[in-house]
Amino acid sequence: MEVIERVYREEFGRVVASLTRRFGDIDVAEDAAGEALLVALEKWPVDGVPPNPGAWLTTTAARKAIDRIRRESHRDAKHQAALVMVDDTPHEPTGPVEDDRLRMVFTCCHPALAPEARVALTLRLLGGLTVAEIAQAFLVPEATMAQRITRAKKKIATARIPFRVPSLGDLPERLGGVLAVVYLVFNEGYLSSSARTSVRDDLTAEAIRLGRLLRGLLPDEPEVTGLLALMLLIEARRSARLSTDGVLVPLPEQDRGAWSRPLVDEGHALVRECLRVNRPGRYQLLAAVNAVHTDARSAADTDWAQVAALYDRLAVIDPSPVVQLNRAIAVAELDGPEVGLALVDRLPLEGYHPWHATRADLLRRLGRSAQARAAYDAALALIDNPAETAYLTRRRSEVTG
Amino acid sequence: MPQYFLAVNHDEAEAARLSALTPEQMQPMFEAVGVFNQQLQDAGAWVFAGGLEGVESSTVVDGTGDRPVITDGPFSESKEFLGGFWIIEADDLDAALDWATRGSKACGGRVEVRPFQG
Repeated sequence: MEVIERVYREEFGRVVASLTRRFGDIDVAEDAAGEALLVALEKWPVDGVPPNPGAWLTTTAARKAIDRIRRESHRDAKHQAALVMVDDTPHEPTGPVEDDRLRMVFTCCHPALAPEARVALTLRLLGGLTVAEIAQAFLVPEATMAQRITRAKKKIATARIPFRVPSLGDLPERLGGVLAVVYLVFNEGYLSSSARTSVRDDLTAEAIRLGRLLRGLLPDEPEVTGLLALMLLIEARRSARLSTDGVLVPLPEQDRGAWSRPLVDEGHALVRECLRVNRPGRYQLLAAVNAVHTDARSAADTDWAQVAALYDRLAVIDPSPVVQLNRAIAVAELDGPEVGLALVDRLPLEGYHPWHATRADLLRRLGRSAQARAAYDAALALIDNPAETAYLTRRRSEVTG
Repeated sequence: MPQYFLAVNHDEAEAARLSALTPEQMQPMFEAVGVFNQQLQDAGAWVFAGGLEGVESSTVVDGTGDRPVITDGPFSESKEFLGGFWIIEADDLDAALDWATRGSKACGGRVEVRPFQG
């Protein structure tokens, strides 16, 4: 039973994408994939899992879809005939760009859809998560999430959002939107904005799975490689990030021996690949920053000059104050907390809790205790995440004088 | 072929800005829109287009009751109103958005894209 569900989950995106291309209707594809699962649950325990379960599920689902289209009397006869006459052989992918899942990614992440709908659709149609799982992960009622997904699918149909990989000219920008969705899923799992965590580990795993899928489909896009590297290098540190009593452990205090060596190695290899291609972008630069950290044997060995240089390059692409804040943290390590604080204080980030937490830390190191405590309070007032709250509360209590 | 409605919506500030322009200042916009309209026609995407008189010339008819109720002006709550529009034919939303981008550039305003039913 568990094997069937695992295989189904792995193959779901492929089945739905393939049927969507063939029948031009996401709902038909999704329902047929669900019916194929019921058949698998009935047959596989008896006959065993077929050698190519993906092809088996696609063929079975396609038959179910044709049955449904035949049954539905409101469809006009011409439409029915066209669908039923379609070639019944399974789709043979002719190359990575022809993969139906890639079309599905771009459809789910189309800029004409609301950002929260893009995330939900991607998790549903490519990740194969149930509506209930997605609702739980984003802490909204299931009915709300179901409505969000239904509305988005309806817009895809009525506005005719194409099921297609964008033209070369549009690809960089549209790919940026896709990567943003994957990174958002990852971040929601990694540093959730709320108290519940169990489902959130699934989100980071799912984001990495989508990242690997995208890299398989678009191996020559360095930003795709960069995003995967970034996620792997952050994920590598996950077990060292929380103490046993659930308090956030910041990077300098982490037990580096607890980092996942295979993930670090894989991430470093991908970063080196990006360097060879030499077309830097946002995710590649963030991955490189993380590689500097995971390269250092101890926090004191960190090459902060390199980190600051990478943030300088990132600031050219993305001149946002958040990038400046991260650069200032590196500068504080290089040139001292006073120089770092002067940079931090210039940034318009009063509503962003890491800004307050960074100020608090720099003020603490400068011995300006009363101001440090006030900054910790300001940071604490802005967060819900229990691990971060515990960490900052501890830090605040350590300020003396 | 699917048809899309490309609507140029104005809010009050934009309408005030536009009405303050002299005919000479408007001329480049008219020319750009003329070029865009020609491109639509050359591509076979043109269905219909037009600019509307100001919202103060608008009249609302409510025929849902026994007798029609005729009132001056647009719905009182509306903050945005239609200034002009194109109706085009396009294969899919991406093609329609591409036309809308060019139309927006030509007329100097935001363009809302809506598919027609059917």
